[in-house]
Amino acid sequence: MAVLSATEVEQRPTHPPKNKARWTASEEASGLALISPTLLYAVALLFLPILIVVAYSFWTQDYLTIDRTFTLQNYKTALGEPIYQDLLVRSLVISLVVSVVTVTLSYPIAWFISFHGGVHKNLWLFLITVPCWTSYLLRVMSWKVILGYGGVMNTGLLSIGIIDKPLTSLLYNSNAVVITLVHSWAAFAILPIFVSLEKVDRSLIEAAHDLGDNKLMSFLRVTLPLSLPGVISAFLIVMIPTVGDYVTPKLVGGKDGVMIATAIQAQFGKGANWPLGAALSVTTMVIVSAMAGIAVLALKLLVRMAK
Amino acid sequence: MPETPMITIEAVNKFYGIYKALDDVSLDIAAGEFFSLLGPSGCGKTTLLRSIAGFDTPSTGDIRIDGQSVIGTPPNRRPTNMVFQNYAIFPHLDVEENVAYGLKRLKLDASGERRRVGAALDQVRLGHLGKRRAHELSGGQRQRVALARALVMRPKVLLLDEPLSALDKKLREEMQVELRSLQKAVGITFILVTHDQYEALALSDRIAVMFGGRIAQVATPKEIYQRPTTRQIADFLGGMNFMKARITGETATRLSVETPRFGGVTLDKPLGFNARNGTATIGIRPERLRVLWDDAKADFELAGRVVDRHYFGEITHLIVDVPGMEQPLSVSETNNFGADDIPVGDAVRLAYDPDALVALSD
Amino acid sequence: MSGRHGIPKSRWLPAYVTVYLAFLYFPILLLPIFSFNNAATTTFPLAGFTTKWYASLWHNTALLEAARNSMIVGVSVAILSTVLGICAARAITRYRFRGQRAATGLIMAPLFLPEIIFAVSLLMIILQLGVELSLVTVILGQVIFCLPYAMSVLISGFGGFDRSLEEASLDLGETAIGTFRRVTLPVVAPALVSSLLVSFTVSLDEFILAFFLSGTEPTLPVYIWGQLRFAAKLPGVLALGSVMILISILLLTLSEIIRRRAEHRLRAQGALNA
Repeated sequence: MAVLSATEVEQRPTHPPKNKARWTASEEASGLALISPTLLYAVALLFLPILIVVAYSFWTQDYLTIDRTFTLQNYKTALGEPIYQDLLVRSLVISLVVSVVTVTLSYPIAWFISFHGGVHKNLWLFLITVPCWTSYLLRVMSWKVILGYGGVMNTGLLSIGIIDKPLTSLLYNSNAVVITLVHSWAAFAILPIFVSLEKVDRSLIEAAHDLGDNKLMSFLRVTLPLSLPGVISAFLIVMIPTVGDYVTPKLVGGKDGVMIATAIQAQFGKGANWPLGAALSVTTMVIVSAMAGIAVLALKLLVRMAK
Repeated sequence: MPETPMITIEAVNKFYGIYKALDDVSLDIAAGEFFSLLGPSGCGKTTLLRSIAGFDTPSTGDIRIDGQSVIGTPPNRRPTNMVFQNYAIFPHLDVEENVAYGLKRLKLDASGERRRVGAALDQVRLGHLGKRRAHELSGGQRQRVALARALVMRPKVLLLDEPLSALDKKLREEMQVELRSLQKAVGITFILVTHDQYEALALSDRIAVMFGGRIAQVATPKEIYQRPTTRQIADFLGGMNFMKARITGETATRLSVETPRFGGVTLDKPLGFNARNGTATIGIRPERLRVLWDDAKADFELAGRVVDRHYFGEITHLIVDVPGMEQPLSVSETNNFGADDIPVGDAVRLAYDPDALVALSD
Repeated sequence: MSGRHGIPKSRWLPAYVTVYLAFLYFPILLLPIFSFNNAATTTFPLAGFTTKWYASLWHNTALLEAARNSMIVGVSVAILSTVLGICAARAITRYRFRGQRAATGLIMAPLFLPEIIFAVSLLMIILQLGVELSLVTVILGQVIFCLPYAMSVLISGFGGFDRSLEEASLDLGETAIGTFRRVTLPVVAPALVSSLLVSFTVSLDEFILAFFLSGTEPTLPVYIWGQLRFAAKLPGVLALGSVMILISILLLTLSEIIRRRAEHRLRAQGALNA
């Protein structure tokens, strides 16, 4: 654009005012003007707060006063204290397991809807997504009811005689957390995979068969690589938010299922150590982003090998 | 050309970044003229049309409609109306409401508005479908709604952006006839953008052929087809046999050349002609070469051998190798006399009229 | 449902889909089942039918208060996110400008961010500014959370919108504002309604932000959270939860029907654009 205005002014020195008018009416100006309210809102209530969190993580707190000298002490605590180390590692492992399980379980569903959904694709998608739109808190509560000592699963199994005393291993551990989270994120994983499968040109698969691939080979060499962008965004959309989940570990996790969010929340409640809470938040974000990055790379590598 | 043109386009340039969509375009279009902008996609024809409508603003230059400069005038205050490529029928309104859309701004009384809408719909023979919605209409019907919606505004100029490209072949040909008679009936200037040479030839009073943002030639359909000025234009408007010829003489308007097989001829010199190393490109249309049967004689003859044959129903294309010519000649012959039965490999004699030869700029 | 050649049709897949759907729906159907169960515990076999848990909801003033709060928050959030979403979605689908990707990324970021982190960050900035926690702070925070959902709905609504419709309107003499009122708005109206309903649903069910930012005025999920500590309150919560699930599903179904009708209409219009 800058190049253009310059040449215009040179060519037609009599018309410079029009150039300005022509820019204000341009795509760029209109687009920026239109998006600015939303953008400013997001900057004020999303970007700035996150910046403050980052800033706080380098400060220290002494009762109610904040000491604004730069320090890495909070990060030493966050990364050095065994309790936070444990929580971080457990959160990451759980979110990784949840995302792998969710994506693996969801892929066939997305594939089924995309390839065999027929004229009812939208109805299928709707059916799959409805449960995920209902209250998250209520769904977690429901799992607690299902998995509890005197819960649905135990009483149900008891009444049909499969077990003779209630299982205690169902609730209040990381397995319960994983099951609940997988249930919560299913639709979020299916949607992006479905979208990318829809974009796969069906004649490419026919071409692969025509060129001698069997069904499995054509899936591995054509369908899967082409749907990879969907798999990756499904992976990210599940993994990153779950790492900081608060409700599920709190309700069904018990002692073994506590995750980092509980520790973060504690710093803003009675414990009241904002800088440490901030450092824990930043650490979580950075580590989960890095891990997501590695996982994405690994996934790409895996598919490349399959080809 | 009448005294005051309806549309004057003067030295218009349009840049997108460093890309030049329109390159020094100047053009006059007369009142009541059916004018076509013809060219391949990306040649700038749509940008030029949209600049006249007001959706694109030229980077430099001027556009005048009926003597008034319209630079800076928004589309809603220009005396032009447009038929969009996809027709842009408002999906939330029925046919009558679509046609009445622009009239609402004019604050006519209810009966006056209804009369005008009804007349416009009758004009495009859609009077019976007034209550239909866009998604209940066929492609041809949508096109008529778009036409009625624009014409009801009584514009000075009607702009048509590839209006027939979305229709199938048969319907397209029907609509061409109808479009031409509609223009005659309403008598206003029509500017049609198309990439279909036959459409442009069949409909227009004059055609501007555009390549790469520039106007290559402006002329009547017959002149454009028979006397293209450049090889590119000749090639774009149907096929042509090209050959190199040596220039033996040159005046301001005429060119004498010596060709390998067509002998020495003197031709009109195309506008802006530049000789290259004393040679010129000469062309002849395939249908201007005729097969001579049995012992028929012609003043100008060529002898050759059929090397290939393509059947097209009413015509056959014969590819004839003429000794001494770089390229075999393509001959288009009607099948009335059995051109489709000439075996490949047979010797044939071809007749031609030296007037059919044209000199071309490269 | 006959697959095209080359696309395998497994016998196991439909069975798997059925099991998967059962897994998805089981926990949600369980709440209504127990909400009608004539016992304070959630065990099988069921102890008989009752509606007393629902009846008890009407006399619970704290609950009605929370429901009122949820309504205020939900409606405000729906309107705010839809209005802000319209601006952004329209800018993104209609114009090309530098920084477009970055801007979209920021607005959509909450989808890819642990909710606890931006709940905490909002809490910090709000307390830092000395603003009292109230329903207003919940609304401000939930708008950020709902924007990505509103945006997705609106972008797909606006994306199907053919720009030449607006040009046709301008060409027929209508002004820019008149064009928005007479063409743009009616054509994208279904997307707007859809966005309002989806944002409202998301807000109604949102817990973390409400938990951190609501101060002394709980929304329904925050109220439920408080009740969960008391085993005796469980049946009442189940009844309330069932009502909320029903509302969510109704709103979503409504929004889906509106969206699909509009899509059908736009697709018919766009059939020739291809």
